[in-house]
Amino acid sequence: MSKNTVSNRFRTVDVDEYDENKFVDEEDGGENQLGPDEAEVDSLIRQGNLMEALQAVLKNPPINTKNQNVKDCAEGLVLKVLSAFKSSDVDKGVQSLDKNGVDLLMKYIYKGFETPSDNSSAVLLQWHEKALSAGGLGCIVRVLTARKTV
Amino acid sequence: MAYHSFLLEPISCHSWNKDRTQIALCPNNHDVHIYKKDGTKWIKIHELKEHNGQVTGIDWAPESNRIVTCGTDRNAYVWSLKGEVWKPTLVILRINRAARCVSWSPKENKFAVGSGSRLISICYFEQENDWWVCKHIKKPIRSTVLSLDWHPNNVLLAAGSCDFKCRVFSAYIKEVEEKPGPTVWGSKMPFGEVLFESGPSGVSGGAGDGAGGGWVHGVCFSHSGNRLAWTSHDSTVAIAEGGKTSTISSLSSETLPLLCVSFITENSLVAAGHDCYPVLFVYDGTKGSVTFGGKLDVPKQTSQRGISARERFQNLDRRATSSETTEQGLESLHKNSISQISVLEGGKSKCSTFCTTGMDGGMEWSHGTSRYTHTHTTHTV
Repeated sequence: MSKNTVSNRFRTVDVDEYDENKFVDEEDGGENQLGPDEAEVDSLIRQGNLMEALQAVLKNPPINTKNQNVKDCAEGLVLKVLSAFKSSDVDKGVQSLDKNGVDLLMKYIYKGFETPSDNSSAVLLQWHEKALSAGGLGCIVRVLTARKTV
Repeated sequence: MAYHSFLLEPISCHSWNKDRTQIALCPNNHDVHIYKKDGTKWIKIHELKEHNGQVTGIDWAPESNRIVTCGTDRNAYVWSLKGEVWKPTLVILRINRAARCVSWSPKENKFAVGSGSRLISICYFEQENDWWVCKHIKKPIRSTVLSLDWHPNNVLLAAGSCDFKCRVFSAYIKEVEEKPGPTVWGSKMPFGEVLFESGPSGVSGGAGDGAGGGWVHGVCFSHSGNRLAWTSHDSTVAIAEGGKTSTISSLSSETLPLLCVSFITENSLVAAGHDCYPVLFVYDGTKGSVTFGGKLDVPKQTSQRGISARERFQNLDRRATSSETTEQGLESLHKNSISQISVLEGGKSKCSTFCTTGMDGGMEWSHGTSRYTHTHTTHTV
């Protein structure tokens, strides 16, 4: 028995890092993506103009940025807007979005599912049902296959 | 529309002979079975046993009547009919992972094999040594090559890969052919040159994309070779036109991902995948748009019976909707994903019949797609 087997440090080596054929995603410069404009969205919510707020919060999605804070901020903002909608208006809200908008909304919905808070899941499930009927299963597939998401 | 169930196992791959009387398929094992059409029945006439792993690709060359097969045992065999028996010839592919797809070139003097070794082997016959030799296309492929399609000029090859890209390579072999003339995809075509590479995601602009895309499952050149279509795992189908490759038209579909695609006219494609029915897509060259043209499957007419109050509450309890349809099973002819489409009659310019095989072990062939060719051949490119 050689003495080398006593140490376990080799178990913490990440072998995949040293694989020369490792697939590395293309880097897209995303440092200037700041996410939706918080001030604009807040004022629209206060005015009660929820349709506009929805459009505004889906602008500038922080997809390529590596800054986790920006992503969390954006998600929080989106959740605020989605919760502000009345149940009966959710359908109209989804209808007002184009195809890309529905895809992006679905991404935020699944992101929201990841960290549930008090009432968020119920609200998100309502939006999920409407977004699903608008975008179909393809929309969910695109959330699952996206390499970089919100 | 007709459906024939061959087996209970998935059909891994299939290929038809020239006059469409015989089909070679792999019943999810190491063999290739050849069935011959006899009236309305199919009779197995040959069993080709040589592979040590699942056969992942079969292609039957119509003119020279040779079959090439490739499998997970990292080998490819070229089978020739000697009398009543198919005799195999081993082709050394020099790959260290499974082969995934194989395709004869239009002139049948070479074939291409895509593999998990992140490369494409282009094989041609060397007369002096009486031996199949292969050359590799490696750069810039970074993952498994899932699908291949040759351009009609016998030199260009489209490859769809798991690194989310669809590319057009030159597979020019100077030993077997003349230098090719220029095409819309480019004029300089040394071996291994990349003439086109799709961006990460076909959808341009808009929110919610910019990176991603999915594995490219199926690629297909149009009959003229000027257009290239591919389907991807993110439920999109995209078309690029040679010469205008900066604009790629794509459609994010609402269905599950499509696994295979084929042009049936210069402007329309049929594709099928995890949703178990073939669908039609129409391409408008002038507007650069791809639109959904409808399902090409005739569902069985389910009898509409009234739904009792008890069932309504049960549905509400189980599925949160008190909908009318009970949806006991899939309405499509195929009961599982469709993995391959082949054109039977009419070629890729005026297809009138095509065939689909899938994981349910069945084969469906559809006639009468002529109504699609009629409305769309009037489009000027």
